[in-house]
Amino acid sequence: MNNSLTRNIFRFVILILLQVALFNNINFLGYINPYPYVLFILLFPIGDNRASLLFFSFLLGLTLDMFSNSGGMHAAACLIMAYARPWILSSVFGVAYEYNTVKVSNTSFVERLTYVGILIVIHHFVLFFLETFNFSDIIYVLKKTLLSGIFTLILSLIFITLFSVKRK
Amino acid sequence: MQQIVNFLIKYRNFLLFVILLFISLLFTIQSHSYQRSKFVNSANFLSGGVYSKLSDLDLYFSLKVHNAELLEENKRLREIVYNSKDSITIQEDSINSSGNYRFVTARVINNNYSLRDNFLTLRAGAKDSIKQDLGVITSKGIVGIVDKVSNKFSTVISILNRNSQINAKLKKSGHFGILIWDGKDPNIVKLIDVQQKAPVALGDTIVTGGKSTIFPEGIGIGTIKDFKLDASENYYTINIALFNDMTNIGHVYVIENLDRKEINDLEQSTTDEQ
Repeated sequence: MNNSLTRNIFRFVILILLQVALFNNINFLGYINPYPYVLFILLFPIGDNRASLLFFSFLLGLTLDMFSNSGGMHAAACLIMAYARPWILSSVFGVAYEYNTVKVSNTSFVERLTYVGILIVIHHFVLFFLETFNFSDIIYVLKKTLLSGIFTLILSLIFITLFSVKRK
Repeated sequence: MQQIVNFLIKYRNFLLFVILLFISLLFTIQSHSYQRSKFVNSANFLSGGVYSKLSDLDLYFSLKVHNAELLEENKRLREIVYNSKDSITIQEDSINSSGNYRFVTARVINNNYSLRDNFLTLRAGAKDSIKQDLGVITSKGIVGIVDKVSNKFSTVISILNRNSQINAKLKKSGHFGILIWDGKDPNIVKLIDVQQKAPVALGDTIVTGGKSTIFPEGIGIGTIKDFKLDASENYYTINIALFNDMTNIGHVYVIENLDRKEINDLEQSTTDEQ
């Protein structure tokens, strides 16, 4: 438990720093940035209680908002993503999730892709919608969700693969 | 009572979600209005400190460019000083001609340009006598307006922000308009509400108008890229290519109009009387 706590705090800090120092400044094609800091929410221990997931996701988003002067956009997006996570988990992993035996790094590639992909799309759509705050810009929101989403998805999958510890 | 407690326990996650969502949406809505949240901005100890460290690192890679810019500006200023017989040039080109503007230099430690509402963070704050609503420029042109100030840091509403509205005019004829950004290209801003009678031509220079107390008159903004009449055919909408490369800003000047308080007080009392 203690080990998991330290690991999560470490992950929180590292992901925020990476996001602020590196990924917020990529600006591919002028406006496409990946947001791999959501890995914190994706990799949050699954058995743990849901309230703490919600709270820490909110805190994660708010910290990033503070760095990027964006009010509460990241906080709202992270919160909705964290709230949706249990349903996505149970619909993607099914029985394995019910018995608390899922570990994201040990699942099959297709399952992992679906799980990470769906949650990233939810997060990015909320984020960019709140950023434009305007229904008439919906095409821009969808375009940015798609392009940034793919970027984030690839980076997230790479990170999961790179930093997963294989224990048998 | 028992039922209420049961209800709270049963739906505690949902309630937590709703409360936190409410807070974040509140911050978001605040961030879209001009008077923004006091709590969540990058002019604070933590994010200012981190950006400051990162910018120290980054500075080494851009030293060459910044030196070149400084040389260019020095050259321009020297030309003004040594050719000062021609008094018209001084009035048009020197920014600080009348002596009632004070300049503070500051380093940009964070700069966004890919969002719809962009901000910069400066490493200079209240202790360098920076206040809210001061103008920020570089040697080439305008950058934005100071928004939130902490002791050591301050945030700037970039001209690439949908809340930014700056008074500007055609340098040649002096016709006024409002400078806005539509959120798309970081090199292009728009000048709207320019009188249809104004002699607009491609490549003309747009400068700040002297109608606000934030910027002095005549600071460069950009050149006219293209223009068209708006739907009512009474006003021009002009696309301007900025002089500044907003994607690469190292050092800036913060301008304080020392007469600002007096002008604002006077205008305030005039509107109060009406």
